[in-house]
Amino acid sequence: MTQSKRASRSAPIRVLIAKPGLDGHDRGAKVVARALRDSGMEVIYAGLRQTPEEIVRAALEEDVDLIGLSILSGAHMALIPRVLGLLKKNKAGAIPVFAGGIIPDEDARRLRSAGVRAIFGPGASLEEIVTTARKLARPAA
Amino acid sequence: MTGAPRLPAAARAICSGDRRALARAITAIENGDPDAGPILRSLYARTRQVPIVGFAGPLGVGKSSLINLLVSHLRSVARTVAVIAVDPSSPFSGGSVLGDRIRFEARANDAGVFFRSMASRGAAGGVAAATLEASRLLDAAGFDVVLVETVGSGQVDVAIREIASTRVVVLVPHLGDEVQTLKAGLFEIADVFCVNKIDLPGADTARRDLAELVGLAPAAGRWTPRIVGTSTTVPSGIADLWGAIEAHESFLDSSGTRRTGERQRLTAEIVGLVRDRLGRELTRELENDPDLRRLLDRVVAREIDPRTAADRLRNAVRRSR
Ligand SMILES: Nc1nc2c(ncn2[C@@H]2O[C@H](COP(=O)(O)OP(=O)(O)OP(=O)(O)O)[C@@H](O)[C@H]2O)c(=O)[nH]1
Ligand SMILES: [Mg+2]
Repeated sequence: MTQSKRASRSAPIRVLIAKPGLDGHDRGAKVVARALRDSGMEVIYAGLRQTPEEIVRAALEEDVDLIGLSILSGAHMALIPRVLGLLKKNKAGAIPVFAGGIIPDEDARRLRSAGVRAIFGPGASLEEIVTTARKLARPAA
Repeated sequence: MTGAPRLPAAARAICSGDRRALARAITAIENGDPDAGPILRSLYARTRQVPIVGFAGPLGVGKSSLINLLVSHLRSVARTVAVIAVDPSSPFSGGSVLGDRIRFEARANDAGVFFRSMASRGAAGGVAAATLEASRLLDAAGFDVVLVETVGSGQVDVAIREIASTRVVVLVPHLGDEVQTLKAGLFEIADVFCVNKIDLPGADTARRDLAELVGLAPAAGRWTPRIVGTSTTVPSGIADLWGAIEAHESFLDSSGTRRTGERQRLTAEIVGLVRDRLGRELTRELENDPDLRRLLDRVVAREIDPRTAADRLRNAVRRSR
């Protein structure tokens, strides 16, 4: 296993981008997906209206290194902890999750303490998102 | 049975339905990870030659939408199914956006379905280098049918020939010039033509045009491609599409062409593996060969030409082996 971890360090990072919840558009998520692709990652784009169960299933089948969730408001607050919980239940709690969207400070604090590794507000630059995503996916590299 | 190697732990996990182990093994194949070899070697004997159905055709004709409905159809008749959907990698960044999963509806608790997106990673021909071995792993894992969606670049998606037992070429009404370009590639590989989006006008004409083209080349004892009309937005024709695929699969058995086809595909695979390995070894050997440097000096000085240099190097390598 240590052998394979070393071999896969130069392999492309696989990242799942999804948008949980019923409403909204996915323009922001698409922009982020393209930026991650342009940095050399393989982005599995699952699209809108994903349930936490679907997101976790996709993450496991696609064997991703990283999950990015796009949310539009605090209305989706319950969904992200549910994703984290399901990942843990499937022994995949080590897959880092980041989130982006319009997230009030108080909610951001709660998400961080629930285990979300990074949160990007509307002001975050794509460069910042890409750099952080890379660090989350390959901490030792 | 002799010679079946003991199963590595990961291979055992895959056979017992561990989806995470399966997903990780596919990644290992994609990455050329040393873990992949023992798994593939040990599981080959467990493959059952399940139907591997390839879907090729131009961008946006509805390949993913069709696969989604076919999966529902197959599940309704209690067959398990795995999907590999290939999208292109950027030649510049190496990255890729894999978007076929969007068309795949929620089946969150159905263990009879597995969906994997795969980047082409520079391979030409519409599939990735890992697609063949990954589909074999899905066979060994117990899925009854494997569906493969190619990149969608139209006439160049012909590598599916080396992977699929049945090839479906998907088209849409208003083929026009497309039928002409089809002649240059995809047309020859189609076992089934699927005219999708028949809810749009022009479907009848498209089917007639195709029927005429297909009718031009009838041959005794050979499979004549079927033409099926489908719509995924106003769902229709999906059972017919599966029927045509199954008819071709039956033909492969009754005519004996499954065996000859498989031998051809395996020949290509094995020769390819040997070529890759020899190529890598040779590159390594040649790069460190003092003859190369001497020859290079002479080529640069215009004393000998590159072809002559290659002849001499090849002879030197042959003698040393
Ligand atoms: N009218 C109509 N539209 C359809 C039908 N099937 C698919 N579409 C639409 O065609 C578009 C492309 O569908 P996909 O299933 O993604 O096509 P694809 O061939 O997988 O596309 P690529 O993977 O990008 O090559 C979507 O907007 C679908 O909604 C159909 O039967 N009728
Ligand atoms: Mg598609």
